[in-house]
Amino acid sequence: MIVGLEIDGAGGDPAAWRGSEVDPRAILTGELAVRAVQRAEAAGIDFATFVDALEAPDDVPDRVSVRLDALGLAARVAPLTQRIGLLPTITVTHTEPFHVQASVATLDHISGGRGGWVADVSSSAEAAAVIGRREPASAAETWREARYVVDVSRRLWDSWEDDAIIRDASTGRYVDRDKLHYVAFESPTFSVKGPSIVPRSPQGHPITAVRVNTPEALEAAGDADLVLLPESEDLPTRLAPLVVVSVVVRPHVDGVEQLVELIAEWAAAGADGVHLRPGSLELDVPVIADELIPRLRERGLVGAADRGGSLRGRLGLGRPANRYVGSGR
Amino acid sequence: MSKQIHLAAHFPGVNNTTVWADPQAGSQIEFGSFRHLAETAERGTFDFFFLAEGLRLREVKGMIHDLDVVGRPESLTVLSALAAVTTHLGLAATVNSTFNEPYELAKRLSTLDHVSGGRAAWNVVTSWDAFTGENFRRGGYLDKADRYVRAQESLRIVRKLWDSWTEDQLVLDQAAGAFAREGAGAFADEGAHFDIRGRFGLPPSPQGRPVIIQAGDSEQGREFAASDADVIFSRHGTFQAGQTFYKDVKSRLPKYGRSEESLKIMPAVTVVVADTDDEAIEKAAYIREQQVSGPTALVLAELLWGRDLSAYDPDGPLPAEDPVVGSSVTQGRVGYNDPFPIVAEWRAQAEAHGWSLRQTVINQQNRQTFIGSPTTVAEAINHHVQADAADGFVLVPHLTPSGLDEFVDRVVPLLRDRGAFRDEYAGTTLRDHLGLQA
Ligand SMILES: Cc1cc2nc3c(=O)[nH]c(=O)nc-3n(C[C@H](O)[C@H](O)[C@H](O)COP(=O)(O)O)c2cc1C
Repeated sequence: MIVGLEIDGAGGDPAAWRGSEVDPRAILTGELAVRAVQRAEAAGIDFATFVDALEAPDDVPDRVSVRLDALGLAARVAPLTQRIGLLPTITVTHTEPFHVQASVATLDHISGGRGGWVADVSSSAEAAAVIGRREPASAAETWREARYVVDVSRRLWDSWEDDAIIRDASTGRYVDRDKLHYVAFESPTFSVKGPSIVPRSPQGHPITAVRVNTPEALEAAGDADLVLLPESEDLPTRLAPLVVVSVVVRPHVDGVEQLVELIAEWAAAGADGVHLRPGSLELDVPVIADELIPRLRERGLVGAADRGGSLRGRLGLGRPANRYVGSGR
Repeated sequence: MSKQIHLAAHFPGVNNTTVWADPQAGSQIEFGSFRHLAETAERGTFDFFFLAEGLRLREVKGMIHDLDVVGRPESLTVLSALAAVTTHLGLAATVNSTFNEPYELAKRLSTLDHVSGGRAAWNVVTSWDAFTGENFRRGGYLDKADRYVRAQESLRIVRKLWDSWTEDQLVLDQAAGAFAREGAGAFADEGAHFDIRGRFGLPPSPQGRPVIIQAGDSEQGREFAASDADVIFSRHGTFQAGQTFYKDVKSRLPKYGRSEESLKIMPAVTVVVADTDDEAIEKAAYIREQQVSGPTALVLAELLWGRDLSAYDPDGPLPAEDPVVGSSVTQGRVGYNDPFPIVAEWRAQAEAHGWSLRQTVINQQNRQTFIGSPTTVAEAINHHVQADAADGFVLVPHLTPSGLDEFVDRVVPLLRDRGAFRDEYAGTTLRDHLGLQA
């Protein structure tokens, strides 16, 4: 089983930040996230996701109503970890596709091939209002566009062939421009000329994940490498290369035995893994690391902790071929 | 006490001054390169580490320019990672104001400031052209005249968002269950380019506001800097030009109610150090040869002339034609507003010295700013700063990532000996290093 961990403030429980074990300032310095991801990595967890949305969290005084940009937080974690995949949530409805692909490729570069993203949309009026570029759109419309963004991102990741940088001192050429490609992409709502400004990253294509939270997202999930499926959803067949079940967990209260059984059941049902959303990073992640993962390992459900290499390698996904190789221009 | 020098390290990227073919040159992309240069800069107690930006690969005559470094990672992501492996060094990202939205900029830059403990800076650049615009939803819709209208409005809104929380709104009272006061971060703004409202989800960052850097050189650019920037990144690194620029920009400050100390002028410069002055002069000439190959000389001349010069021999005489203003022979670089006097100067110098086209480019365009023994360089840098030709410099090394090792090891101690540069960081934020008020 693949195991992922969600990073969200002090944890998913609205009151998690109030625990005496939590320094709430460490949410904003990123230290809480760093500690949780390092613990997860040491235990052998495969990837971490970082929650985000374009708009601010709800303005509720007794909850964590602030949030760091997930990409910046994941980048902050990258040099302090070695093996765990890093997938910030990035919304694409208002953000420029060209910037999205460049920053995800950069995360892959700086993490040595452990980068990815949870592609998400912004259908809310709040998100539309903070940018002011266009009216809020329905989930159907925003997800339709998101699929174009995922598509153009992958094209831009291919817009540099792996060996485009030649550094040929004899001719004075840094790149072979025949190995750089204009994507000349047109969608109903945007166009991008290309090539990317970022050379092709270690994984070729960083991992694209989609979290299913609406029927429209489920449809778009077909484009993803990795799908985070809610517990309530039936396991679909062949939705994406990897489907993991996303579940709220509180093992520091509930213990791990039930969870071990539940994960074993999902494994039997054909899920490729589990995405754990802990109530409290400070209280639950240590129990996940010290008790849950070792129990799953005993049952043969998870692999060795110290597997290195790229996230794709770790997840058993191949490195995608470049669509432009040999295409000339 | 001497006026204190400010120093920044520029990661050498897409630029023909980068000698990527040198056996000592490392990767331009791998994180280890960025880390090495940042760690060197921090060892040298530099104020900040600087990353440039380009949003489209440059072209010459419709083809991707392949002679210089091409491509780079995205700055804010690299700098957020560097925040994890440095402790004091400022982290400055060049980010365009035309092809970004203020809310997103405010969020990403504030995040960098939070996770770095107050070390973020934004170099506001304003490329507006249709060529770059082809990579973006908005396309090249901005009029050149509007580039600073949008930049100024972007910056005003970004600041409004950074200021949208009052100090007492972040409560963090765990016992009472009060994280923040209701309504914290609420904002609304309406201007020529933006009509936005909502709540900003980050409380004031350690610096209050990340530092603002400006790099434009036009009349509008200078006014923008005088009214709004903390640092100017200028291209006027020589003594005379530096003093003139310094006086010009600082004289614009009073009308915005600002003191001379509130804006630091830091030209981009290159440095060549060797054991003796003579060796440094020789080394500098060798580096220039490497920087400007025959093909590169032609491309640089095409940028000035605005014409296809491929029929010319770089080792022959200068082109006889007049330059063309506003041509698109080369795309994605800052061109020349008025090339005629520069071409006339090049011709005069070439004739006087018997230079070929390539020799002319080498001598007219790529002369290093500071050349000499460590003592000569330290004295020249200090002289420039004490005589108000600059407040400090952004050093652009010709090698990645080891290009500042020698400067930090050999020149920085001499600047410290002269009492003109810090021995250690006095504060922890970039504002502290620059001596700026929050
Ligand atoms: C020293 C210096 C460095 C610059 N670096 C960048 C850069 O990295 N990216 C960019 O898009 N523009 C860069 N620029 C361009 C300017 O920021 C500005 O956008 C352009 O010059 C137009 O403004 P102006 O007409 O006021 O000069 C730089 C300019 C100068 C003088």
